[in-house]
Amino acid sequence: MSPCAVATASTAGALGAVAFDPEPAHLVGTGGALGAVLRHWVYLQFSSERFPWPTLAVNVLGSFVFGLLTFLGATASTLQLVGIGICGAFTTFSSFSVETVQLYERGDRLVAVANAAGNLALSLAAIGFAWALVSTGVF
Amino acid sequence: MADHPLVRLETLALIGIGGFAGANLRFFALGQLSDVQAVLLVNVLGCFALGFLAYEAEYAALIARRSRIVFTTGFLSSLTTYSTFAVQTALAADPLLLIAIVAGNYGLGFAAVLASRELARRVTGGSTPAAGGETA
Repeated sequence: MSPCAVATASTAGALGAVAFDPEPAHLVGTGGALGAVLRHWVYLQFSSERFPWPTLAVNVLGSFVFGLLTFLGATASTLQLVGIGICGAFTTFSSFSVETVQLYERGDRLVAVANAAGNLALSLAAIGFAWALVSTGVF
Repeated sequence: MADHPLVRLETLALIGIGGFAGANLRFFALGQLSDVQAVLLVNVLGCFALGFLAYEAEYAALIARRSRIVFTTGFLSSLTTYSTFAVQTALAADPLLLIAIVAGNYGLGFAAVLASRELARRVTGGSTPAAGGETA
């Protein structure tokens, strides 16, 4: 093999390593940055004083996509980028908890309970829907 | 809030950096513990820290709004997660495990918010919440 061919091959190898074997932490981090910015966008669009709709929306939607990935048997890097990264950062437990406690302490106790139960019930339903879509072959 | 586009871009960049770090720390925890334990741990810690920042904002607002957004919307909301928790709940084969996951995350998460509210109250010396706190 000529030196030029060796150089080309090693460049291709290096590019291949960059393109197809990225560090898991980089995938998760990049996904996390995307998920956080997307979540911020949802909060800017749908914020409400009366009920924390944005948190419910991101949690249900993120759980649906994570469910799809799980049932489709996504590869490790797809799970890291889209599942743990984007869906993981897009959905949030901390905002959900703080908002629920704040609803409760300002006197909207039923709303607080409905929020706590609703996030779980709708997220589980979304995961069930994802499972139904995968098992009937829609995806 | 009519910010200059550059200010909005700066906010997005700060949230993105916080999200990168938060998701990475969660991934690190997933590598160290079992998945259920790792999600429980990051969720409870994240609830405590976000609760502190949210109530500190209500009581005293000593921390600048822009720094708070990096920690809250960026870092903490990405550190904690609902999707993995929900999938773990959906796939729990054992009913006892299902109850433990839901009761653990919900119970300890809410308890962490209440504990951090108390801490914020003591640190800021505030007992009367001012109107209009920020959470997200």
